[in-house]
Amino acid sequence: MDSLELLWGGLEAAFTPTNLMYAAIGVFLGTFVGVLPGIGPAMAVALLLPVTNGMEPTQAFIMFAGIYYGGMYGGSTTSILLNTPGESASVMTAIEGNKMAKNGRAAQALATAAIGSFVAGTIGTMCVVFFAPAMAEVAVKVGAPSYFAMMLLAVVLVTSVLGSSKLRGFIGLFLGLTIGLVGLDLSTGQPRLDFGNDLLAGRIDVVVVAVGIFALGEALWVAAHLRSRPLTIIPVGQPFMGREDWARSWKPWLRGTALGFPFGAVPAGGAETPTFLSYLLERRLAKNKDEFGHGAIEGVAGPEAANNASAAGTFVPLLALGLPVTATATIMLAAMQGFGIQPGPQLMESEPDLVWTLLASLLIGNTLLLVLNLPLAPLWAKLLQTPRPYLYSGILFFASLGAYTVNQQPFDLFLLLLFGLLGFAIRRFGIPVLPLILGVILGPLMEVKLREALALSDGAVSGLFNEPLAVIIYVIIALALFVPIVLQRVRGEPDTPTREREKAMEDR
Amino acid sequence: MSVSHEAEPGADQAVDPGVDPGADRAQYGMAALLLILGAYTIYDATTLKVGFADPVGPRVFPYVIGVVMIALGILLGLATARGDRGEPEEGEDVDLTARPDMVTVLKLVGILVFNIATIEFLGWAITGAILFAGCAWALGSRTLLRDIVIGVLLSVGSWYFFYSGLDIPLSPGILDGIL
Repeated sequence: MDSLELLWGGLEAAFTPTNLMYAAIGVFLGTFVGVLPGIGPAMAVALLLPVTNGMEPTQAFIMFAGIYYGGMYGGSTTSILLNTPGESASVMTAIEGNKMAKNGRAAQALATAAIGSFVAGTIGTMCVVFFAPAMAEVAVKVGAPSYFAMMLLAVVLVTSVLGSSKLRGFIGLFLGLTIGLVGLDLSTGQPRLDFGNDLLAGRIDVVVVAVGIFALGEALWVAAHLRSRPLTIIPVGQPFMGREDWARSWKPWLRGTALGFPFGAVPAGGAETPTFLSYLLERRLAKNKDEFGHGAIEGVAGPEAANNASAAGTFVPLLALGLPVTATATIMLAAMQGFGIQPGPQLMESEPDLVWTLLASLLIGNTLLLVLNLPLAPLWAKLLQTPRPYLYSGILFFASLGAYTVNQQPFDLFLLLLFGLLGFAIRRFGIPVLPLILGVILGPLMEVKLREALALSDGAVSGLFNEPLAVIIYVIIALALFVPIVLQRVRGEPDTPTREREKAMEDR
Repeated sequence: MSVSHEAEPGADQAVDPGVDPGADRAQYGMAALLLILGAYTIYDATTLKVGFADPVGPRVFPYVIGVVMIALGILLGLATARGDRGEPEEGEDVDLTARPDMVTVLKLVGILVFNIATIEFLGWAITGAILFAGCAWALGSRTLLRDIVIGVLLSVGSWYFFYSGLDIPLSPGILDGIL
């Protein structure tokens, strides 16, 4: 019960009026930005990163915890009230949620999403409290070869398991790895890919890359395809649930949590698969199957809980291993690096105050989210009516502001534009964003560990395989890469979540 | 899976069925970009010196990345020739059925370039306002005066927020001493 004591310490540290204020501001800002159409949690965190520039790391992370959960919740509000989901994790929530809203049950849909998020987020965070230290304890003893293998596993799984085209996944990954190369080589101090430019040799700030790819790229992409007539928004009153809604919601919440957390915690992360599985499970278990597709509350409660539990689950690899598995977690990792904190297995020992205050603030942020958002829902719904020219000009304005505040260099704005155009191109060609941003962050870390491992073995490649754990991980990587291909050959038709999800979408 | 409904045959293949769109020509450009990036990465790595105590050195990683980039570029080129196309990203405000409006994108890029060129001289309080109002105009807003007022409020407000709240002085430009 060591973890509980540490968590209690974290709660005590987080429960100062100042820190609570930061948590509340974070939740408010996160929801505000997350509700705006076209802004997912990853972009919300990237855009709000510069605000924490002048802060202490602890306060900054308390605010981040709020922004993170706020952004997630904001995203699901958008997908329930508008017919189109903004990101893959809310696709399943949108199917039944929007149908419920159209039947005049928007208030119940928002309520089951909010309370489900709270239940899942709280249980999920408690699981992080118990799993992360145990995992870190094992991970500290892991050497460079196994650590390299783990990072390789994370990038390979994210690249090849998620998304519909492996080729495009790997293109995204290697574009990211190339961006990660730019700047001084970490061990010999020689500049790479700097085009003779001193500012590039000093390495590109991750904030600039993230804001460029997520915010600028998205704004330019939407600008090229802006709907001539905006989607209809369903008006909403105070969210509430009747007795029957509670009775129908609590089991899906728990089942969704149980599905979501493990998927978030393993490096094959992402909320896409668990939300989809949760939807299928609820449809199968439903007493009245015909209601599915016409606004069944279980279909909102389950996937939304799965979504939030998996978001909590991503903190296990992030805190215990320094491995991010979602776009949002990647930006959190970048933020840690920005504060001079090196994430990795040592993090829990070297920065215990930070880690435990962060975990405590996740719990606080989650509670604040519920308290703030149930009464504020009608206000959030109004935000959806923001005129689109203002919305996207605002994104471009704050993206430029954010990139400029990093070093006050106009050159960073030029890089921002360059990454914005790259972000536009990858959206145009269907290249996924997650492998790219993961490549930018993990590329340099992988190189360090690879060189560390090979320096120990004097350059012999066998140095990569001299730990049993590393060998096991390479076997898993090989299986992850080749089993789907073999299955596809045997069965003929690939039966991936993406394909299934498309089918489910067509049922609407 | 038994629970999944039957999908229409071919319904999950293309955005508009019935029309054979042919090869996505622009995708050759993306493939070419990958080839160029890969080749340059390899060239750049050859200019690096390898240290003594470092058996791997700074070259190996860029070599691997460069080679794979070239391979991916070739694969994307081949896939494009076979008619393979990516699924463009969807979103709340994205309408993929209409032709992309590149004029708007070019206007926005122009405004962003103007901001880069003038931010040090004019200062963020001015260029930020122009950035907001200009982008709103490019995106179809026709209430210029209101857009400028909002832009000025945002840029001056953000300047003071960073200056007094976070101790980060953004470029004051020609308004130095006035702000």
